[in-house]
Parts: sequence; C-alpha cells; structure tokens
Amino acid sequence: MTVAIVRQRSLFGVVVLTTIYSFLMASVLIVLDAVDVAMTEASVGAGISTVILLATLNLVKTTEMRSPRPHLLALFVSIGVGIVLVWGTLALPPFGTADAVIHKHLVPRYLADTIKETNVPNAVTSVLADYRGYDTLGETTVIFTAGIGVMLLLRGARRRGRREGENE
Amino acid sequence: MSLDLILRIGTKLILPFILLFALYVQFHGDYGPGGGFQAGVITAGMVILLAITFGLDAAQRIAPQSLVQRMMPLGVLIYAGTGIAGLLLGKNFLDYSPLARDSTHGHELGIFFVEAGVLVTVSGTMTAVFYAFVERGR
Repeated sequence: MTVAIVRQRSLFGVVVLTTIYSFLMASVLIVLDAVDVAMTEASVGAGISTVILLATLNLVKTTEMRSPRPHLLALFVSIGVGIVLVWGTLALPPFGTADAVIHKHLVPRYLADTIKETNVPNAVTSVLADYRGYDTLGETTVIFTAGIGVMLLLRGARRRGRREGENE
Repeated sequence: MSLDLILRIGTKLILPFILLFALYVQFHGDYGPGGGFQAGVITAGMVILLAITFGLDAAQRIAPQSLVQRMMPLGVLIYAGTGIAGLLLGKNFLDYSPLARDSTHGHELGIFFVEAGVLVTVSGTMTAVFYAFVERGR
C-alpha cells in the first residue's frame, strides 16, 4: 500500500489510499483492544484529515509533478533510517508479552488504584485526564496553537491577495 | 447547491444521531471508550458534513465563525481554570480532589470539566480550520 501511495501521481488517489490505510489501522487497533485509540484513528485519520486533505487539493493542483531525476541520496537516507529503526526494534521485548518492562512500573499501580482514587472505570480516561492531566493540558494547547497557526497562514495570505488586487 | 435528494434527506436524518453519538462519547468516556478529543472530532465532523451537503452558509448558521473562533481558546481556559481552581482551593495545580466534598466526587467533577475543555477546543479548532480552508478556496 505504501508503494502504491508513493507511485501514485494523482493526489486524489493518494488521499483515498491514506484514508483506507487509516481505517485498516483503526481495525488493527480494535483487534489489539485499544478502542480509545482506534476511535481517534477512525475519526481523525480517516475522517477529518481526509476532509482537510481534499480541501487542500481544492486549492492546489491535483497531479503531482514528475521529479526531473531520481533522488538517489534521499532513497539511501530513507532506506538507511528504516534499517536503523528495524534494528532498534530488535532489542525490544517480543510483541504482546505481559512481563515487558513498561508493564511493570506504573501500569499495575494505575490499574489497581484507579477505581479507589478516581472512581473512573475506564483507566484510559483516568490516566489521560487525571494522572497525566499536565500532558493533556499541553496537548490541548498544542491543538489550539496549531489551529491558530493554520488560520493565520490561510487568512493572512488571503488578505494580502485582496490588497494586491486593490492596488492593481 | 442542488445535490441529490437522497443525499440531502439522508444527511438530515443522520446529523442529530452524529451529535447524539458525540455527546455519548463525551459523557460516557468515564465508563467506555471515548472522551473529549474523540467527541470534539465527531462534533466537528457533523458540522463539516452539514457544510459539504448543504453549503457553508448552512453550517455557519448553526456554528458561526465567531463562535468557533472563541471556542478555541475557551476550551484551553476551561482546562487551565479547572487546574487553577484546585490551586485556589489549597491543593496542587490540576489536583481535582478539593473540587467537591470528598475526593472521589472531586475527581469525577474535575475530569468532567477537563474533558469539556478538550471537547470545546478540539471541535472549535477542527471546524475553524475547515472553514479557513473552504473560505480560501472560494
């Protein structure tokens, strides 16, 4: 699928393929019992970002330019980074083991005490909004800042265009 | 906008249920999957669906640009305000236990306000970004 996305010249096709990819990832996350993340992936990855990408395609041309020469250096860099990343995963504990390091320190404490301390049955919510409240505040601020940035970019450019039109 | 009749009626029928599902995800987030972020995105998705089917003006009638833009900082303020309320009541920033008579209720209340803040910011931001893209394309 990645190869199809890279080879595709029509950007509309790319958007459709990334949406399908998001839906597949959401299904994978449901299989892994991470329903909260699956919900986010389905609504953001497959929903909102598709709409935003299509809106962007409305503003720009929908076919990608063929690059004049193949970027061999870029190919080597990405293959090299890929090899390093795969090599890094080899040191991780096998997929899905219950006695991996990350499951031994904070997770049992959260799972054991979340009902007693917060009375929230869904541990994801209690970790997100209570134990890790600072992080979520930061995330909310990031969303706010990103939104402000996008709006400034889009509207500022529009206003400049209008002013140039008045001068002509 | 003269779109297909089936599309318009179908959208009309499905919109309230999308909003209902968003509210369910928001308020049931303590017990099942979901929370402010997902609910905010679903709410924004409802407005976007309305805008796609019935045009931008119809969407801006129920979610005006000024409201959406005010929602973006308002959510962050609700979130931070919940933290500061805990600070004023004599505990740490974002410690929810002093918000109600006992600690458990305080935590529930705190999580409720915090999730509401996330909902307001996320839905406002997503809708505002969509509006900005659409108005640029006009």
